[in-house]
Amino acid sequence: MEKFTTLRGVAAPLPMVNVDTDMIIPKQFLKTIKRTGLKEGLFYEMRWTADGQKKDFVLDQPAYQNAKILVAGPNFGCGSSREHAPWALLDFGIRCIISEDFADIFYNNCFKNGILPIKVSKEIIAKLMDDASRGSNAVIEVDLEKQEIKGPDGGTVHFEIDAFRKKCLMEGLDDIGLTLEKKADIDSFEKKQKESQPWLNAAE
Amino acid sequence: MAFRKKAATPPPEPPKPRTLFEKIWDGHVVHRQDDGTCVIYVDRHLVHEVTSPQAFEGLRMTGRTVRRPDATVAVADHNTSTLPASAGGVDEESRIQIETLEKNVADFHVPYFGMDDPRRGIVHVIGPEQGLTLPGMTIVCGDSHTSTHGAFGALAFGIGTSEVEHVLATQTLIQKPAKNMRVAVEGSLPIGVTAKDVILAIIGRLGTAGGTGYVIEYAGRAIREMTMEGRMTVCNMSIEAGARAGLIAPDETTFKYLDGRPYSPKGGAWDLALSQWRRLPSDKNAVFDSQLDLIAADIPPMVTWGTSPQDALPITDVVPDPANAPDENRREAWARSLAYMGLTPGTKLVDVPIDRVFIGSCTNGRIEDLRAAAEIARGRKVASGVSAMVVPGSGLVKAEAEKEGLDKIFIEAGFEWRIQGCSMCLAMNADRLEPGQRCASTSNRNFEGRQGRGGRTHLVSPAMAVAAAIRGTLADVRDFQ
Repeated sequence: MEKFTTLRGVAAPLPMVNVDTDMIIPKQFLKTIKRTGLKEGLFYEMRWTADGQKKDFVLDQPAYQNAKILVAGPNFGCGSSREHAPWALLDFGIRCIISEDFADIFYNNCFKNGILPIKVSKEIIAKLMDDASRGSNAVIEVDLEKQEIKGPDGGTVHFEIDAFRKKCLMEGLDDIGLTLEKKADIDSFEKKQKESQPWLNAAE
Repeated sequence: MAFRKKAATPPPEPPKPRTLFEKIWDGHVVHRQDDGTCVIYVDRHLVHEVTSPQAFEGLRMTGRTVRRPDATVAVADHNTSTLPASAGGVDEESRIQIETLEKNVADFHVPYFGMDDPRRGIVHVIGPEQGLTLPGMTIVCGDSHTSTHGAFGALAFGIGTSEVEHVLATQTLIQKPAKNMRVAVEGSLPIGVTAKDVILAIIGRLGTAGGTGYVIEYAGRAIREMTMEGRMTVCNMSIEAGARAGLIAPDETTFKYLDGRPYSPKGGAWDLALSQWRRLPSDKNAVFDSQLDLIAADIPPMVTWGTSPQDALPITDVVPDPANAPDENRREAWARSLAYMGLTPGTKLVDVPIDRVFIGSCTNGRIEDLRAAAEIARGRKVASGVSAMVVPGSGLVKAEAEKEGLDKIFIEAGFEWRIQGCSMCLAMNADRLEPGQRCASTSNRNFEGRQGRGGRTHLVSPAMAVAAAIRGTLADVRDFQ
């Protein structure tokens, strides 16, 4: 996983509530057996008409075509657990999403892919949404170490993040590798469980 | 010898009362970091074709193996056709995805309910059906509706594909404990009101993000009086309120359902399991971080009007006016929903005409759902111009329904009777709405485009879906009873 330390880039505004993962990437793009190439499907129905004409979706506007940050409405990423949603965002170039709050599974999936989801207050979102609507001037800087967002006019805001998740992102740690280091704990858990709950896998 | 008084020791502290969630969580902690992050053990891992290929690929790339194939089960359900093979099967990409699953389960020795296995079906239907879902377990699957299994008092939740890989490789997950919410539905449900109406009413109250960060324990008489099928419907949609998991304390109804299932424990193992399961329910003074109380008698048959499951109203109500929305965000969302749904504020919901009806899914594709639907369909006809289909949740549900003659009731009424699978709940196969088509659906999500681009979904119970099919508009099932 790519490390996340600092990020500087254009922020695109998406001021909708409850953006679900079906919207982020519709079903027809879930048939892939790969993690890459999913940007084609990103926000597909919001970007393309049914007969293949481009709509004027924010990420297709010249100012936001290289956006690295998304400033989004509350409950971003609700619905399906599909990790194709963060994969599609990442494939487009989005490495950071800022919202009032995120749906649980999506939030978790972001960290597994080197994407930083930042939760801030409604007031800060209002300000950042305003910043993001300044087109290509909407350059925002995110410093994960300092837990700071710097707006285009230089003002900084602090954000909170779980210390362990921060460490994993900053060091680009492989979760599975970390857990496998605890193999002895897993072995002993399994042994104990087999004794105390022999019924768990007794059948068949 | 002089009597020597022992040094006074303080009496042992009584154990802290715990919730059902806390008991299961505590019983599965493999390792706890100082900051509260835990490695928790996964007892059962369910795998399907859409969210697993990249996880198996990850194992191959790193030379890792599946730690507990015996605790893992795979099935193809999302992409599969609901028509006989003679109808041409699935598209090329779906075929590749199903074949990829078949290769993966063979390479990694994972038990698999194959395409021709009569037990094949929606992963959340077959887990309970086979007794693979048991009280007190931790169960995960790369699917948000894994919350379904919470009906058995199992901690069950959806995960992403990276976590699927993590579980395959380690049989564990890295997590912090959730907060506890208790939702109590007191009293008995009125006639015509089902588990689906209850959960839609709950989501309407909580909102689609109201459960974020929580595990919801459903309690109260109305929940206790529900069958396992009804409880599964309730827990299934916990995720639509933002909660990762729903839970219901196991009781005699649970044990009766599980007794004798193929993978349920037998003999002495069953007795031991039962004694442990009886200790699972939340302790009397357990503390919940949040509480919601509903009165069963106040819940009418429900229907959704918008594009979020929280947009639920009694069927007797009218399409709401964005001008009356509680806040600016909602006002915009409602206006957008109404434009998408092609609805005008003030229209009576029972006057909204429909084109399609879908009965099935992991929410409402079980035998009891089909029985309730057939009861309304018996001797009646689907309205002209309405296309209606019934898709059983599993091969065994299909076989049982056919044994009971439910298929004939549906076919005579004008419904199509299909082969099991996820079907038009998410429209990954050929079963989908055309742009502008309006559907009364027993599934779980009414998101934009969920059932097909431009399709308009109204979530209802199975009985309400049949009522709509017959009347040709959204309808109140109580008029049919």
